[in-house]
Amino acid sequence: MSALLEVRNLTKHFPVRRGVLRRTVGHVQAVTDVSFDVHAGETLAVVGESGCGKSTIGRALLRLIAPTAGTVTLDGTEVTALPDPALREMRRHMQIIFQDPFGSLNPRMSVAETLAEPLLLHGLATSANVRQKVAELLETCGLQPWHAARFPHEFSGGQRQRVGVARALATRPRLIVCDEPVSALDVSVQAQIVNLLQDLQASFGIAYVFISHDLAVVRHMADRVAVVYLGRVVEEAPTATLFATPRHPYTRSLIAAAPRPDPGLRSDRQPVRGDLPSALAPPPGCAFHPRCPMAEARCRTERPALRAVGGTSVACHFAEAVAESTTPAERPPSDRLRRRLDILQAARESREDPHA
Amino acid sequence: MTDTPLLEVDDLAVEFRIGGRAQRAVSGVSFTLERGRTLGVVGESGCGKSVTSLAIMRLVPQPPGHYAGGAIRFGGTDLLSLPEREMRRLRGGRIGMIFQEPMTSLNPVYTCGDQIVESLRVHSGLDRRAARERAVELLDLVGLPSPKSRVDDYPHQLSGGQRQRVMIALALANDPDLLIADEPTTALDVTIQAQILDLMGDLRDRTGAAVLLVTHDLGVVAQTCEDVVVMYAGRIVEKAPTGALFADPQHPYTIGLMAAVPRIDAGVARLATIPGSVPPPWARIAGCRFASRCPLASERCRTEDPPLRALAPGHAVACWHAPIEEAA
Repeated sequence: MSALLEVRNLTKHFPVRRGVLRRTVGHVQAVTDVSFDVHAGETLAVVGESGCGKSTIGRALLRLIAPTAGTVTLDGTEVTALPDPALREMRRHMQIIFQDPFGSLNPRMSVAETLAEPLLLHGLATSANVRQKVAELLETCGLQPWHAARFPHEFSGGQRQRVGVARALATRPRLIVCDEPVSALDVSVQAQIVNLLQDLQASFGIAYVFISHDLAVVRHMADRVAVVYLGRVVEEAPTATLFATPRHPYTRSLIAAAPRPDPGLRSDRQPVRGDLPSALAPPPGCAFHPRCPMAEARCRTERPALRAVGGTSVACHFAEAVAESTTPAERPPSDRLRRRLDILQAARESREDPHA
Repeated sequence: MTDTPLLEVDDLAVEFRIGGRAQRAVSGVSFTLERGRTLGVVGESGCGKSVTSLAIMRLVPQPPGHYAGGAIRFGGTDLLSLPEREMRRLRGGRIGMIFQEPMTSLNPVYTCGDQIVESLRVHSGLDRRAARERAVELLDLVGLPSPKSRVDDYPHQLSGGQRQRVMIALALANDPDLLIADEPTTALDVTIQAQILDLMGDLRDRTGAAVLLVTHDLGVVAQTCEDVVVMYAGRIVEKAPTGALFADPQHPYTIGLMAAVPRIDAGVARLATIPGSVPPPWARIAGCRFASRCPLASERCRTEDPPLRALAPGHAVACWHAPIEEAA
């Protein structure tokens, strides 16, 4: 079975221009040589820290920015080669959800207008039935029909993100790029949106490219994970494999650094040193070597290629040596917490029943 | 060491007068903080955690804000009745402050070194040369690479993690007894967050300062705090030693919050959610503020505000139904 989305050697370098003549003095190497597949109905997470290029990858997939090199193929059609009118038609099948729905929704358009536009544009609704289609869409995303008349500023953060999801969902896309969709939300609201995205995937078989810096959310959402460092994929593996046996030292330090909600786990972890280097002049050899606890002479000169080790593809000269994770696992939520959660859940259900 | 706790917040209430209406941001907030300990104040946006920390520093903008009641005692001195001049001497002196976004709290037109030097000269009375030497030492202490040259950098020349290190150096410059950190790592990447949290822990252990850590992140609380206060809609709903809070959460809100956090090591098929949203600050609520979202809410919850009451030593909860096993 061929993949829904095939990305091959995707590269985006932004020129840096200086002086009166705007001469190019260098390139920000935002994304270099990134390749991956996403199958229908699957979630691939793209993980990394700020400035690693993960958002650039998301935008380049939809050609919201033009890649410098490489190809993106959706369902057999090479998106990167399409002329503009065909590209607009193609965007019906690939949509994006942004971190900040406030910044991505038009403040002067009511929710009904925002949602009707793509429906009418792509001929998925007529002026006769568009109201009903919008109402259906709102319901699917956990909103009420009367929300249609409202404007973005009248919603809470979580509701606004539901509108953002509804907008992306309007054209029934095969693929949605989710760029940090829950990062700006409070935990309890974040859980609502995460559940909504999972429900929609189960109902409509949508594939997600889930861009995030939050490893716990990624662990919960993703089938596979690609870890990006300074514009390159340094490790890609099925989610369970990646978290059980992270092979790249960077992946290991990311997993170790994530604070666990378990006070018994106050570890003597050694956080990775230093900052992310500049993408204007990435370090030679392995880009992670200045921060890597295991770096040797070879790492400073020879860039490791992605290669298969076990079920993982990893770009590290010493991938075999770093197989077992030393990060102690957090304990599952306490028995009391689970018991009390059950009590609350049961009470909630018994309250909702009479109205059902 | 004396018997009076370093910081005592007693029945604090802060209101904001907006459009002629008084909106209560926090009320009935009480806690104490001892030297050498870290207290986490945790909650979601709008719960009043930042207002609480601003109130302690007396940085609530007045108007529209004003202190509607209660007391804040720092080493026995009531901060709310202190003249502004005295207060200014405390801030940056015995009370250090770290905010979420160092880019907006550092002055962009002064070098990092100048800002630390100024603080040292004002509070510790050092001369220019000694203050500069001390500034370099401080930057070294917080792990800023090549502090001798970095001391002359402007904030925009540093990365986010480095700027936060400068903020910490500035907060620590005059050996504060109390460090107030409001979401100090929220804008940072996880690897940098881990570095900054470790640094704060080390410095606390070394100097014996008390730390008030305001955060929305239960993971950060678990890794750094001895005690926790959980806030909801301007109230403390639960107060406990960190271990007890995670092992034995009592308030339905705390329980919901903990179950909503996805976990890296222990996955669940579906995250628990808390339906509904936080009531707006202008809503006049007679009873428990969580009642509208609580499946256990009874008539009493809607009419009578539950007080914080101790269920175990050091563990208090504001819920009529706690422990909820007995209520169910």
